[in-house]
Amino acid sequence: MKQRLGQKWRPDFWFWVKFLVIASMCLFIVYPFYNIITKSIFSDKVEGVTLYNFIRFFSKPYYYQPLIRSLVVCSVTVLTSTLIGVPIAYVMTRYNVPGKTLVHILIIMSLMSPPFIGAYSWIILAGRNGIVAKMFTALGLEAPTIYGKGGIIFVFTMHLFPYVYLYTSGAMNSIDSSLEEAAENLGMSKLKRIWTVTLPVILPSILAGCVMVFMTCLADFGTPMLLGEGYTVLPVLVYNEYMSESATNPYMASALSVVIVTCSLAILLFQKMVIDKRNYMMSSLRPPQETKLRGLRRFLVSLPIYLVVFVAFLPQIVVICQSFVERSFSGVVKGINLKNYQIISARLATNIRNTYVFSLIAIAFIIVVGILVSYILVRKKGKIATLIDTLVMFPYVIPGSVLGIGLIIAFNRKPMVLVGTASIMIISYVIRKLPYTVRSGTAFLYQMDPFIEEASINLGVSPLKTFFTVTARMMLPGIMSGAVISWITCINELSSSIMLYSGKTSTIAIAIYQEVMHMSDGPASALATILTVSSIVSLLIVFRLTKGKVKIV
Amino acid sequence: MSNEVIIRDAVKRYGDFTALNGVSLNIKEGEFFTLLGPSGCGKTTLLRMIAGFNSIEGGDFYFGEKRINDVPAHKRDIGMVFQNYAIFPHLTVKENVAYGLKARKVGKQEMETRVSEALELVQISHLADRKPNELSGGQQQRVALARAFVIEPSVLLMDEPLSNLDAKLRVQMRTVIKKLQRRLGITTIYVTHDQEEALAISDRIAVMKDGNIMQIGTPNEIYAKPQNPFVAGFIGVSNFLDCEVRDGRTVVQDEITVDIPLRKAFSGKAKLSARPEQLFFSEQGMPGKVLFSTFLGDFIEYEVELDNGQSLIVNEYTKDASEVHPDGAQVFLRFDPNRVSLYEAETGEVLSK
Repeated sequence: MKQRLGQKWRPDFWFWVKFLVIASMCLFIVYPFYNIITKSIFSDKVEGVTLYNFIRFFSKPYYYQPLIRSLVVCSVTVLTSTLIGVPIAYVMTRYNVPGKTLVHILIIMSLMSPPFIGAYSWIILAGRNGIVAKMFTALGLEAPTIYGKGGIIFVFTMHLFPYVYLYTSGAMNSIDSSLEEAAENLGMSKLKRIWTVTLPVILPSILAGCVMVFMTCLADFGTPMLLGEGYTVLPVLVYNEYMSESATNPYMASALSVVIVTCSLAILLFQKMVIDKRNYMMSSLRPPQETKLRGLRRFLVSLPIYLVVFVAFLPQIVVICQSFVERSFSGVVKGINLKNYQIISARLATNIRNTYVFSLIAIAFIIVVGILVSYILVRKKGKIATLIDTLVMFPYVIPGSVLGIGLIIAFNRKPMVLVGTASIMIISYVIRKLPYTVRSGTAFLYQMDPFIEEASINLGVSPLKTFFTVTARMMLPGIMSGAVISWITCINELSSSIMLYSGKTSTIAIAIYQEVMHMSDGPASALATILTVSSIVSLLIVFRLTKGKVKIV
Repeated sequence: MSNEVIIRDAVKRYGDFTALNGVSLNIKEGEFFTLLGPSGCGKTTLLRMIAGFNSIEGGDFYFGEKRINDVPAHKRDIGMVFQNYAIFPHLTVKENVAYGLKARKVGKQEMETRVSEALELVQISHLADRKPNELSGGQQQRVALARAFVIEPSVLLMDEPLSNLDAKLRVQMRTVIKKLQRRLGITTIYVTHDQEEALAISDRIAVMKDGNIMQIGTPNEIYAKPQNPFVAGFIGVSNFLDCEVRDGRTVVQDEITVDIPLRKAFSGKAKLSARPEQLFFSEQGMPGKVLFSTFLGDFIEYEVELDNGQSLIVNEYTKDASEVHPDGAQVFLRFDPNRVSLYEAETGEVLSK
């Protein structure tokens, strides 16, 4: 509301909230990122401001090769995810697939599983000593390798096709069935109808799913690190450049970070300019009916979906099974017991405690800030709200490893030495995972009747008290379902933790990564099981909270 | 404190758009006052300015002696019934009604009594422990009413409270509201776009258009003596006839002249407005022929084309009609010059007394 003339302006509660949010975002996002940019235009080889790093990047295959590889992996993954996700979305929304709800939940669960656990269990399954490899060898065939480009794309696809599925089925559910009936009425065959009406109408949603897949692939560190074996992609290169024991080069790492963020920004800009403009507003008067298939046809239509979902969910089953298997150093099975859990509770208890303590503290912040920020974005629109929106959503385009480097560069010197402390881990969690909660909170608030708040004010409760007793109370379901997603991604966080941890602040995800690198499968699988089970239980809570209408995307 | 509401020169702007163009009102204590007009006329804007949800760009708002321009919304002590009821979904019916009393720190004993009395008054005592999602639209409406008047506000505001109900319930609820208002004697400001509802429920009505007040009066005054063509057309059905005033007499058609009592001397082009029931068939008068007739039970509605090409709607009560005039029949129309209204063609200013 505009301030009336002649009235003295005094900072109110919301002024301080806005001020604090913007100040902390500037400190923990803008300032680190500014540091990365300034670092990228300096070098220890050349005096003064220079493009040396970028020239080197584009002239040496060692540097530009990973960029090309990243783009290839991302593009192919987008393609394969679309080829799997769109047909599944079509069949799931249009036919009576048995166990539809369970299939839907399993697809969401495979998306929400810790990203690198997919890679890890595929190593168990199809790696050199894996079951698949042994089966092929027994048959006298050469086993397909899970390592390298093909493996990375395969694991990414199985993990990320749910994005395309979720976006597409959302659109398919809101398309008005009379559109297709009109096409049918005008004499179009079924396939042509899908091609000329259904697909074009849902295309923006499919593309939105593709953008999510591309961005996640581009930022992911764990999967290519575990499976790459020489096939280095950009985030791995950033890590190597910054963390390698031989020569730490923060200048080059910063330049690489700038390259990655530029790619993400380009994709996001593409989305804003091309996809969002073509988004059709549809008011579904009559959502499409499910076609009832019977017998063999129903089975044949459902079978491919079951297969894909089985393969996508397999890693989590494998990891859980593996965690109860005791092996010798050479990999021979010694028994089925709880030995792995005994090992980790003796050796890695700190990691487990850290994971949950850090994530809980982060989530507490995320919930409080999420409620306040969502409210500002929806109810207090204006230039400042837009600024906050941009700042809060910015971490979406910054890969974890890049934010990690930024935070290290920014906070490893006085006056704020945070590197190596728990607080820097928690800060990175809050910043990176806040968008999930804010998105869910704003979506919920947009549907909430603003008159309810006015009714409370009208009855004599001050606006601020109304916010806390009515609005915040009513926003809680929306905030909580977003917060659980934030929580799941916090406990599974690897890409920025791996940059920021110290001996005392190591987490489960980091321990898994190290154990796998040391070929120590047992403890890794037990740790991964803890994460997987935590994620699944948390997701089930969201399903309860939202009565099955969970919005991940 | 007297509970009259005085508004002087209220102005509201949204950017370049003027939503309220200097509106002044004087609402008496205990009065049921309605703001009526088409959508976009500024009626809800004005109501929300009184409630304190819209900023006031200009003008003065008084409750009795007290200027309330700078009193924040939650301290204005106004009851309000929202269009979609805005019932707190997380509270039971009882808790909803008690909400405003809690804010006023009313004692527990008194709160219990007042809440149950309020629920009694709107006849939903049996629903006290239900959650809002278990209530029908009409029941929610009653909760919203009880919640608004239980705080014994100095003024009660209602923003199209009946528009979400079906036709039958709407008629039923408007009687409930009217009786309740009479009984409690609360000064009430009511917003609606439904002229029939406004006529039925109000003590006085302000008809609004484009941020201006076109006429203020009792339902009867507004219906019988509309002060300008807009009010004549918006309230009920009106037939407009082009005519001319010469030497104090009104020339309707070339040979037909009537004596409409004028409030001032005027000469020139004018516009005559007559309600369908103010026109009647006669042996002589304005000649025309029946185009179409609709039998509506207690009356018959005719569409008549006058010989000069203008077309009129005429209602004839079935009890007065000897026969239904067939389509194409030659008829003559007359009216009582004391009952119709006459306006200046150019300015729309009223000429008739």
